[in-house]
Amino acid sequence: MSETRRTSEPLDLRPGEDAHVVLRRATVLDPVAGIDGVHDVVVRDGRIAELAAPGEADADGAEVLEAEGLHAFPAFFDPHVHLRTPGHEHKEDVETGTRAAAAGGYCGILAMANTDPPVSTAADVAALREEARASASIPVGFMATVTRDMAGAELTEMVELREAGAVGFSDDGLPITNARVMRRALQYQKLCGGTIALHEEDPELSGAGAMHEGPVSAGLGIAGIPSVSESTMIARDAALAAYEGARIHVQHLSAAESVQIVRAAKAAGVQISAEASPHHLCLTDEEVRSLDPHRFKMNPPLRRESDRQALIEGLRDGTIECVATDHAPHQPEEKEVPFEQAAMGVTGLETAFAALHTELVLPGAIDLGLLVERMAGGAAPFGIARPSLAPGSEANVALCDLAAEWTVGEDGYESRSQNSWCAGRTLTGRVLVTVAAGRVAFRLRSFSLGVAA
Amino acid sequence: MKHLLGIEALSREEIEAILDRAESFAEVGRRDIKKVPTLRGRTVVTLFYESSTRTSSSFELAAKRLSADLVSVKAAGSSVEKGESLKDTVATLSAYDPAAIVIRHPYAGAAQMVAGWTGAAVINAGDGKHEHPSQALLDVYTLRRRLGTLEGVRIWIVGDALHSRVARSNLIAFQKMGAEVTLCGPPTLIPRGIEELGCEVVHSLDRLGDAEVVYALRLQRERMSESFVPSLREYAATFQVDTRRLNPRQLLMHPGPVNRGVELSGEAIDSPQSLIVEQVAAGLVVRMAILYELLAGADRPTPVLEGGGKGSPTPIGQPA
Repeated sequence: MSETRRTSEPLDLRPGEDAHVVLRRATVLDPVAGIDGVHDVVVRDGRIAELAAPGEADADGAEVLEAEGLHAFPAFFDPHVHLRTPGHEHKEDVETGTRAAAAGGYCGILAMANTDPPVSTAADVAALREEARASASIPVGFMATVTRDMAGAELTEMVELREAGAVGFSDDGLPITNARVMRRALQYQKLCGGTIALHEEDPELSGAGAMHEGPVSAGLGIAGIPSVSESTMIARDAALAAYEGARIHVQHLSAAESVQIVRAAKAAGVQISAEASPHHLCLTDEEVRSLDPHRFKMNPPLRRESDRQALIEGLRDGTIECVATDHAPHQPEEKEVPFEQAAMGVTGLETAFAALHTELVLPGAIDLGLLVERMAGGAAPFGIARPSLAPGSEANVALCDLAAEWTVGEDGYESRSQNSWCAGRTLTGRVLVTVAAGRVAFRLRSFSLGVAA
Repeated sequence: MKHLLGIEALSREEIEAILDRAESFAEVGRRDIKKVPTLRGRTVVTLFYESSTRTSSSFELAAKRLSADLVSVKAAGSSVEKGESLKDTVATLSAYDPAAIVIRHPYAGAAQMVAGWTGAAVINAGDGKHEHPSQALLDVYTLRRRLGTLEGVRIWIVGDALHSRVARSNLIAFQKMGAEVTLCGPPTLIPRGIEELGCEVVHSLDRLGDAEVVYALRLQRERMSESFVPSLREYAATFQVDTRRLNPRQLLMHPGPVNRGVELSGEAIDSPQSLIVEQVAAGLVVRMAILYELLAGADRPTPVLEGGGKGSPTPIGQPA
């Protein structure tokens, strides 16, 4: 067995049994590993044991899944998820959140620290890791806040937090407005490591904004969040990261200006990575005309078609290395209020791949291989091994039926919350089975029944 | 038409139907007994989450003139203060089986949401900075009475368009009726991208003479502290509509309440070219027409007005 690093290494999940599965005649696509062809995928002892010629793998007591016509991808990695625990378990918790992730084909997620209270101490991290070892169906890592209780004033005990297992740092939900505090965090990173992930927004420019500032907000009379609220802060932090030689990750890019700044920073050698969410890649602020906060209110807001195109271009040229859902569960009463009053955020784990396949791959905006690459691109920026289908790798596989059509929400959600931006949409492409850290973490019920018959 | 949520959703024909109906109610207003039994036995609820004088009083009076039973709920002093959600408040009021709920709320889309929660017809009496359709209808009514038509009429809307639902609804309504609209104000108070709604945007009153109608908007005093304008003094010096800037052939309008000496000079308000008092009077008949169209109109016959002499009110339409 090779000594490949495991994606699940710094993450936690509950005990379980290694799967012994053969995906018979699956179309295997892992562009990073250079794999594109029909194989029998043999999963054994937690690893991709073998990619055998189609129909040739020895079942050897394994469960055989007839996968002809189905696609096997490296399972996905989401570096931006809100599990809402501690404090808001009525919205989500480790168990329901990881179940939702597994249903979306994920083999790893990073949980944000803007909980109640925020994850600011080593004890907080330890408690969450223990919870994950009891109830997480896929590996989950925990971020700690950059500043104590996300107040933006004092740094957390970053060394101790890292020793306790914090994967990285983020005050996500809030920007770090004070440039001095930001700079100190970047300096201190040399001591403790851990990528600092940034929610970039100038609260003074955002004001009471509830949607993108532009013609649609002008027509609706809703205060706007201008694109420059995001891009000016990214520019500031890229400059600080360059000056300090620090490593930053920019969360949920939404504006064309932001993509431009990240691209320029990368070209200048800044250690900067970036993510975009499925909803920003698929939707524009035109949706907000419906004034439906359940599906269309989030921060950063949905922006113009030109912004969406810039994000897609960023995805193509690698300026944006990963898709991140910013899965943000909320209960109905926080959304059943007028748009401006509603909570920000939408869920996305269960639909990310299917939505992007439907909205970007099928119309030809990006090709399937690029989507597969970007869906797992969120691991590397946090020093985590990228999920791979190369033989010997930890088994992290998403088995998908690219032809399956389904209506989101029809059969409910794995998540505890229903505020999916895809609610009611018909998507093409569905995750059937997820293997995470060598174990079967998810099976679509109808598919497993089909196999049994 | 089931609800009146915004001008945007109305066709020119629907606007004209309401205005025509309002004309017929103007006649009722000239009688000694200004009441018709159209909505007898039906309930109208007004639900105001923001303070209001003319909109609330004119909707209430309109409902009473149509003989409806009226329940007026103000957020202050109601269970809203105890933290009841809009949805629960609407469910509670809907239990009385009202024919219409007239709602004003500080946030955009509130009326639309309420329409999804009740069987009653919902009338938007102002939702945040989004729309104020009854205001736009009464303004179009006022202008149509004065000018005959808005087709080709050049209207300037002057002032704080950013914070004004009246600006938005009127801009849309005036354009639907064929007018050419110019929006004038400091760049800080003009919503970015508003020109995509088809209006011209200018930042100076220099060409105010082009306008046939000048519609001034209220400037709230707190806009200074938010650095939208440096001072009321400078705002007045640059954007106040006064008799020096107006020529006598131009008509002047304002949705009220006016800040005298800020957006309008006292002289301009009281000048013969000011339609401000006519607007208020129009508010009543137009709101009667709105209630009528939603609750008794549509598939019902046009009102019978003959025999409407002194002391003998005649039914207009019949209750549904």
